[in-house]
Amino acid sequence: MYESKALCSSCPELVIENIYKVFKSGQGEIFALERINLSINKGEFVAILGPSGCGKTTLLNTIAGFSPPSSGRVLVNGVEVTSPGPDQGMVFQEYALFPWMSVEKNISFGLEIKKLARSEIKNRVDVLLEKLQLLDFRRRFPKDLSGGMKQRVAIARVLALDSPIMLMDEPFGALDALTRRTMQDELLRIWLEFKKTIIFVTHGIQESIYLADRIVVMTYRPGTIKQVVPVTLPRPRDESSTQFIEIQKYLSKLVMEEQMRFRNSEAETI
Amino acid sequence: MDYKRSPFRKLMFSVALPICIVIIWEILSRKGLFSPQVLPAPSQVLIRWIDYLIPHDPYTGDKSTFLAWLFSGELVQDTLASGYRVIGGFVIAVVFGLTLGLLMGFSNFIYDFFNPIIQLLRPIPPIAYIPLAILWFGLGNPPAFFLISLGAFFPILMNTIAGVRQVDPLLIRAARNLGASDITLFRRIILPAATPNILVGLRVGIGVAFIVVIVAEMIAVNNGLGYRILEAREFLWSDKIIAGMISIGLLGLAIDTCMSKINNHLLRWHSGNN
Repeated sequence: MYESKALCSSCPELVIENIYKVFKSGQGEIFALERINLSINKGEFVAILGPSGCGKTTLLNTIAGFSPPSSGRVLVNGVEVTSPGPDQGMVFQEYALFPWMSVEKNISFGLEIKKLARSEIKNRVDVLLEKLQLLDFRRRFPKDLSGGMKQRVAIARVLALDSPIMLMDEPFGALDALTRRTMQDELLRIWLEFKKTIIFVTHGIQESIYLADRIVVMTYRPGTIKQVVPVTLPRPRDESSTQFIEIQKYLSKLVMEEQMRFRNSEAETI
Repeated sequence: MDYKRSPFRKLMFSVALPICIVIIWEILSRKGLFSPQVLPAPSQVLIRWIDYLIPHDPYTGDKSTFLAWLFSGELVQDTLASGYRVIGGFVIAVVFGLTLGLLMGFSNFIYDFFNPIIQLLRPIPPIAYIPLAILWFGLGNPPAFFLISLGAFFPILMNTIAGVRQVDPLLIRAARNLGASDITLFRRIILPAATPNILVGLRVGIGVAFIVVIVAEMIAVNNGLGYRILEAREFLWSDKIIAGMISIGLLGLAIDTCMSKINNHLLRWHSGNN
C-alpha cells in the first residue's frame, strides 16, 4: 500500500472504476448502479445528490466496502477496496453510536482495536473532544445526547482513526433545520482543519451547494451519473446570492426530472 | 404523579393494600368466620413464623456464637437449603443456556442443528421429569439440581438467542467500519447489545428455578421450604404452611430485588433507565 502511494502521488485518491451493482429480487433483477466512473482528489468535498431510491447509499456502501460491486472496482490510493475498514470512515444518518459506551469510549473504540498505547488514545480523544465541543459530555451515554451531539460523536469517532476519506450517508437528515446549519458549518471547519476527503450523500439541494466542491447528480434506476456540477463559489457561501440561486435552479431541474421518473415507476408498481 | 414526590409517601402507598388485607383478614378470623384449620388468623401465622425462625434450643451463651445459634433455626436452615439448590441449579442453567444461546444466535448453522430438539423439549414441564430424575439421580440434591437447571435453562436460552439475533445490523456495520475483528465484534458489540434480553432471561429463569425448587423438595429431600410445607400439611398445621409460603415470597422478593439492582447497573446506558 505504501508503494502504490509513492508511485501515485499526483493520482486521484479515490477512483471508482466502471461499477455495476445488480440486486436479485423476487420479480427479477434491479440495476441499482450502472457504469459509475468517478475520480475524487485528496481533500475534495463531493456531494452525491439524487432522489430516494437512486442508489446513492448503495454507491456509498460500495465505496465503504460493505457490499462488493457486481463488477468494476473501487481504488483508494491505487489499492482495491475489498472489505470495510477504517481507511473509509463512515458517518451514518442514524448515528450508529454504541449505546453502552460513553462518549469517550465510542471515540476510542477504533483506537483500542488498533491497539494504540493508552496515553496515545487518551491524547487523541482529548483533542477531539475539545475540537468538537464535547468535553463536558465525555462520560455521558448516547441516550443522554441530542441529535446534533450524537452526530458530533460519530464524526469524532471517524476522525480519531485518521481515515483519509470520510463517507457520510445523509448525516444531518434527522436533525432540525437550525442544528443542521450549525453542523454544516462545523463540518466545513473540520474538513478544512483535518484536510479530509469527504463524500457526502444527500437529497438536499441547498445543502449540497452549501458544502460541496462538486455535486454528482444521479439518475433513478438504473443509478447512473447524470451530471457532475462543480461549485466554485467562495466559502462561506451565501444562499441568497444570485449565483447560488442559479445553481440551485439548475440542480432542481435535474433532480426533479429524476423525481418524476421515480414517481412514475411507483405508480406503475401500484 | 403526586404520590411519587416523596419516597416515604411512595412506600406508604405501596404497602397500603397488603396492610388492609391483613387487617380485614385478622378481624374476620377473630369473629370466627373461618375455622383456624382452614385459614388461621395473621397473628397466629406470625407467631408460628417467629417460632419457625427462632431455634428450638434456648441460647446458652457458651460454646458457639450468637450468630451461629441464630442460624441454627429451622427457617434459616430451610432457606439456606432451598437457596443452595436454586443457586446451584441456576448456575448450571446459566452456563449451558448462555453458551448455547450465544452460539445459536450467532450462527444459523448451529441454530438449525439444535432448534428442532429444543422446540420439542421446551414445552415439557420440569415436573414431568420427576420420575426420571429420581431414577437417574436418586434422592437428595442431585435430582433437585437437575430439575431446577432444566426449568431455568429454556428461558435463559430463548432470550439469549433473541438478544443476539436482534442486534442492530447498523451497529455491526459501524464496528466493522472501525476495524473490528470477529472476536471484537462478538465481545464488545454483540454481547453488550444482547445484554438486555439476556438479563430478562436470567430473571425469568430464576423465577422458574424458585417454582421448581419447591416442587423438587416435595419429593426427594427432607429439608428446605418446600419440604417444610409438605411436612406441615401432614400435621394439618395451616399456620405453618402459610408461614412457609410467606417465607418463599420474601426470599423470592429478595432475589428479584438483587437481580433488579444488577439489571439497573448493567443497563444504565439503556434508554429505559435513568
